Amino acid sequence: MHLPGGLKKTANEKPSAHRLTEPAPVRWVLTGMALLFLGLFLVVPLASVFSQALEKGFGAYLAAIREPDALAAIKLTLIAAGISVPLNLVFGIAASWAVAKFDFRGKSLLITLIDLPFSVSPVISGLIFVLLFGLQGWIGEWLSANSFKIIFAVPGIVLATIFVTFPFVARELIPLMQSQGRDEEEAALVLGAGGFTTFFRVTLPNIKWGVLYGVILCNARAMGEFGAVSVVSGHIRGLTNTLPLHVEILYNEYNFAAAFAVASLLAFLALLTLVAKSIAEWKVREQISAE
Amino acid sequence: MSIEIRNITKQFNGFHALSSVDLTVPSGELVALLGPSGSGKTTLLRIIAGLEFADTGSILFNGEEATHRGAKERRVGFVFQHYALFRHLNVFQNVAFGLQVKPRAERPSKREIRDKVHELLRLVQLEQLAGRYPAQLSGGQRQRVALARALAVEPEVLLLDEPFGALDAKVRQELRRWLRKLHDEIHVTSLFVTHDQEEALEVADRIVVMNEGRVEQSGTPEEVYDKPANPFVFNFLGNVNLFHGRVDGGAAKIAHISVDLPGHGDKDGAAVVAYVRPYDIEINRVRQGSEEIQAIVRHIQGAGAVARFELERLDSREIIEAELTRERYRELGLQTGDTVFVRPRNMRVFTQDYQI
Repeated sequence: MHLPGGLKKTANEKPSAHRLTEPAPVRWVLTGMALLFLGLFLVVPLASVFSQALEKGFGAYLAAIREPDALAAIKLTLIAAGISVPLNLVFGIAASWAVAKFDFRGKSLLITLIDLPFSVSPVISGLIFVLLFGLQGWIGEWLSANSFKIIFAVPGIVLATIFVTFPFVARELIPLMQSQGRDEEEAALVLGAGGFTTFFRVTLPNIKWGVLYGVILCNARAMGEFGAVSVVSGHIRGLTNTLPLHVEILYNEYNFAAAFAVASLLAFLALLTLVAKSIAEWKVREQISAE
Repeated sequence: MSIEIRNITKQFNGFHALSSVDLTVPSGELVALLGPSGSGKTTLLRIIAGLEFADTGSILFNGEEATHRGAKERRVGFVFQHYALFRHLNVFQNVAFGLQVKPRAERPSKREIRDKVHELLRLVQLEQLAGRYPAQLSGGQRQRVALARALAVEPEVLLLDEPFGALDAKVRQELRRWLRKLHDEIHVTSLFVTHDQEEALEVADRIVVMNEGRVEQSGTPEEVYDKPANPFVFNFLGNVNLFHGRVDGGAAKIAHISVDLPGHGDKDGAAVVAYVRPYDIEINRVRQGSEEIQAIVRHIQGAGAVARFELERLDSREIIEAELTRERYRELGLQTGDTVFVRPRNMRVFTQDYQI
């Protein structure tokens, strides 16, 4: 609309919607490109995983999953995640509580160390453990002399998983806790609450959705980790194979239907994670905006 | 409970937040810690609360050593600048918190806690909002919840950090009157931090003026306002005009005005500054005597109970701020551009290191 002299425009008059957006063709092209990209790189692969998995029928699909080696892989994956997620949960909360609520020497060093697993290739992470605990490693001889088995065994897989998923909970919580400040903890302290009471009644309720979000991401990575685990596992069927490793073996044996059937489990986990993650994310945002 | 602060010093990374501060807060009084930002007043408050610890010096509660007591043991109520309400708890739960976390032996029964919380919410006039969450309250309401929460544990001292700082002007005025009234009712020793001199003058029994980690002056509002101990206090409490001059023959010469400085005969030539409040500036259209300064009216703000003027001195081109009553303003019929004669009354003269 055109206003004579442009002077009569008042504050409560909204500018027309057209001025704030691009012309329609540009919008359609941009949206179309985004959708095409999404479809090509996410929807099509996901659909193909499920269609390939069910290619030889539902019976074959179930058989591939129920096969003893597959069950062993599922069990091992659950063990690795079941140990590493709780440990990283405790560590992550402790580290972010220390970083966000206290001042101490070496704080930035600690933050850098927490980030280390993010910046190192997972294969290198795996190799570190082989170099440490392997037969030629620093303490490998002592370990084998005392018949402890870490590399090519379950402990190695758990260690590698812990290392790789180390930053997830802490990285999520540090910014959240920093944005919340120390005021509420100080208020609790002045009101006579001790350290534990303050933590469980003030700090933890304020970060619970952030904790959940971190745990979901941590768990997804723990179950899906390939590189680091592949290096330390030794690929012993039914013993040291996690789900991703089992998929690889089946695939290399040209057993595509079974490979995709097992892969569909991981894909299904990814979808579940995505939904849970969105809910947690939404709750975290709600909590921050409630400020 | 009385608070005594002796020779407290606190440094943050080499910055002197507090340098040998002494302060006494008598039992039952409402005291304002007044100063510009960075003057150390909040640090002092946090040290009293036990949220920070002093490098040297000691704190006595009721004459008892309390320097090393933790925040938990001090039995103080603290109202934070941004309220610090527990965001995941509703108003009732916020106020009840201090009672619920008491050790089992001292903890009141559920019923007692409920009664106590409702009584406090009545006191702060928020009874009907007990189920609301902090995010659903206005700034003024949050402030009152914070106050009720601090009072729930029956503190012997109430400490308030910029209690009205984040509120808009009207709510601020209402709340500070209300705080004064509340204090008259419950008489708990209270110390509040503010950078707003008007707030301090209106609410407090005593004002402690702080600057750069030191106490500049403490006294009743009348004392600090009428008898400022030094130029800083003069400047900080209200508007003020500065007149520069020199010592000459035992008197301060400021323009044509001479102020006796007994005992300063030997200081000839020393610079002096005279401080005059805007309402102590007398304005006349015609010369009344020799002790006057000629000036031009530059700006008039005539709305309100007093009329405010900006006058420019003809000799030094410095600006003088003046205030006249409405009647006097009408009587003189002043216009911008008029030439007037100005006579400062009640001059307070300070030399470099002496106050006369």
